[in-house]
Amino acid sequence: MGAASMHPLAGGPAALIWLLPVLPLLGFLINGALSLLPAARTHGRGAPEGAGGTDDIHGGPAHDALAPYAGLVSIIGPTVIGLAFALAATVFASMLAVPRAALVAAGPYVARYAEWMPAGDLHVDWAFQLDQLSMVMILVITGVGTLIHIFSIGYMRRDPGYARYFAYLNLFVAFMLVLVLGANYPVMFIGWEGVGLASYLLIGFWFAESSNASAGRKAFIVNRVGDFGLLLAMFLLFANFGTLDFVALNHAYAALAVGSSLATLICLFLFLGCAGKSAQIPLYIWLPDAMAGPTPVSALIHAATMVTAGVYLVARSGVLFALAPAASLVVALVGAITALFAATVGLKQWDIKKVLAYSTISQLGYMFMAAGVGAYTAAVFHLVTHAFFKALLFLGAGSVIYALHEAYHATHRDDEDAQDMRNMGGLRRTMPVTFVLMWAATLAIAGVPPFAGFFSKDQILGAVFERASSSSAFRELSFLGLSGSAWLYVVYAIGLITALLTAVYMTRMMLYTFHGANRTGEGERPHLREAPWVMTAPLAVLGVLTVVGGWLNIPAIASFAGPVGALDRWLDPVVGAPSASLAGARAGAEPHAASSPEAMLIGAAVAIAILGIVLAVVLLKPARLVAKDAYAAPESGVERTLRHAYYVDEAVDRGIARPLMTFSRNVLWRGVDGGIIDGLFVRGSALAARGAGWLGSQAQSGSVGNYAWVVAVGALVVIGVVAFG
Amino acid sequence: MIAQALVIAAGLFVIGVVGVLTRRNALVLFMCVELMLNAVNLTFVALSRLHGGTLGQAFVVFVMTVAAAEAAVGLAIVIAVFRHFGTVDLRNISLLRG
Repeated sequence: MGAASMHPLAGGPAALIWLLPVLPLLGFLINGALSLLPAARTHGRGAPEGAGGTDDIHGGPAHDALAPYAGLVSIIGPTVIGLAFALAATVFASMLAVPRAALVAAGPYVARYAEWMPAGDLHVDWAFQLDQLSMVMILVITGVGTLIHIFSIGYMRRDPGYARYFAYLNLFVAFMLVLVLGANYPVMFIGWEGVGLASYLLIGFWFAESSNASAGRKAFIVNRVGDFGLLLAMFLLFANFGTLDFVALNHAYAALAVGSSLATLICLFLFLGCAGKSAQIPLYIWLPDAMAGPTPVSALIHAATMVTAGVYLVARSGVLFALAPAASLVVALVGAITALFAATVGLKQWDIKKVLAYSTISQLGYMFMAAGVGAYTAAVFHLVTHAFFKALLFLGAGSVIYALHEAYHATHRDDEDAQDMRNMGGLRRTMPVTFVLMWAATLAIAGVPPFAGFFSKDQILGAVFERASSSSAFRELSFLGLSGSAWLYVVYAIGLITALLTAVYMTRMMLYTFHGANRTGEGERPHLREAPWVMTAPLAVLGVLTVVGGWLNIPAIASFAGPVGALDRWLDPVVGAPSASLAGARAGAEPHAASSPEAMLIGAAVAIAILGIVLAVVLLKPARLVAKDAYAAPESGVERTLRHAYYVDEAVDRGIARPLMTFSRNVLWRGVDGGIIDGLFVRGSALAARGAGWLGSQAQSGSVGNYAWVVAVGALVVIGVVAFG
Repeated sequence: MIAQALVIAAGLFVIGVVGVLTRRNALVLFMCVELMLNAVNLTFVALSRLHGGTLGQAFVVFVMTVAAAEAAVGLAIVIAVFRHFGTVDLRNISLLRG
């Protein structure tokens, strides 16, 4: 423990942070063991909980029965996460109890548990670090995680792989906590890879269908590209600074000059890793396919937590990014382009989960915009609010999908698409709770006050505008003939356009899902009903968070509503200095000063959000929609391009995947493996040995005379060597 | 005196070697081998006399003993070969070819 024993947090609940990942890991072990046990006799058919289980007269027991050990799994799975959340809340309370000045002075609380890699100059410990940033992440992960675990009880309880599902989900939370708690890059990388593994397992959860298994593989492979960058960044960090601990590195960076090429290079490699994990251009392509997993998984992993790991990493490495304004500008630009790109694609998706997937990519783009301009607090703020409203949207979509699935199941049309919005419509009458809550989340993501998304998105746009207009570190930069400030204005403009598109596509999703007439089918309509309470209750909690989440960080202009900039103050010890450095301001300056341009900016953002919603309501005609397989009016070229996401997948397939396959097959397999390794080395060495054997056997003539000659000549040679050598 | 003895011994040895290398009859081969052995014996005796010791002569007794034993075993093998192949011409006997 060493120096940590002097820390104000030492001895308190913070000493138990090792328990945070251990609890879910325990859940993983128990649930995993249960999933491997032979299925016990399940108690009867149908669901004792009621909802949906009453009319399954002809249903087969395989589908309608509860999963094996469902009771035990339902208790263990969410409980371990709930306990972790309780512990996190206790730790948070203990952090709040310590006077702020003492906490800031002491720096992060680092707990070392064991030596991991003592190799030469490299010293990597199993160490956890607790500071204000990891605290926020822990609370989000365990809090939203608990809600999603509870929702999963309802959503997955009839799945035969129920125990396996919770095992994977627990495993994910364990690794995610390692990711945010790691006190150095390698420990963080363990979590980073671990969540990738859990993501892979859960995307391919229904692996019997080969497209789901492929989607899992795609996520894994695309992430490898990003991890390659992250690893290179780690190598460079160690080669140049001799350590990989966050605290030590932050001190070592002092030797670097602002704008040094080393810092820029490391940051760009780090960002490559972030682009993979957080689905940014060009590595976003795995996230839409990741929707093949169960919907709560999409909510937890592919919206609320794992995909935000990249944002966390940038914020965690903020001190380094502050030294590399060029790399930061790249982050902001990539974020902006991704946000706009994904938002346009989201306009034309029919699959409700695909809409949300592209929306997630778009919102992650916002976070990187903020992280890129050094507004790390804004990025983390949006990360938190996004976790609330996007988890709510995904779980709401899950509730809708569940309802449709149950309805189709009741009428034995199981092969109908329960995720296609053309099969929905008019669900506001049958699912009022989901309807209201999802509208709250939609208003939040669109940026309508006073919902959470408004505050965070406004802070991001405000920060971008402020950096563009003030003498920030970006002013000196020049890229493609434009100054860094000009590019930031471009980022800001893209942010505004994306805000408009966000409002449009989210309203479109709501209109097609909940409004208009129902298109599910005559037979199914009576079977549509609201999900059971175990699913709606987490929705309601998330709904409350979606509404009040913005209070975490109220802008100065709304100071009447409560304490201004709570999150700003909270995160300032971690990200304040790099943030101020990039903004060109003095460290410790008041981050949020109310001014009239800010009021104008907020006004513009709100106007744009409302404009988007109105546009969608006026322009879209849910009444004209027909069910998925019925005849529909042909699409225009633009629509088709958007629906196919600009054919990027096809382009990647033709341009990268297939040439790579051809190259691998013809050159690597047939040429290198078949020709050189098998042909030259394996068969060649066998041939050489056989040839040498044949030659040697020719000497064995069996004729005594020949042997005598050999002996005689040999003797002469030996005598010659002895006599004259 | 010693020179003549050594020259005769060398000549006998060469005759023996040439015989072993050129002749194919197993019995002739044997006689050639004996010739070589005795050439060596002659050398031993001559050098022993030159040095005035008796060690070389003692060796000759050993060599003759071993040669007698070798002749007994060798002739037995030759008889076995003749019974099996009906000939002692070594050109035709190459069953140990690799």
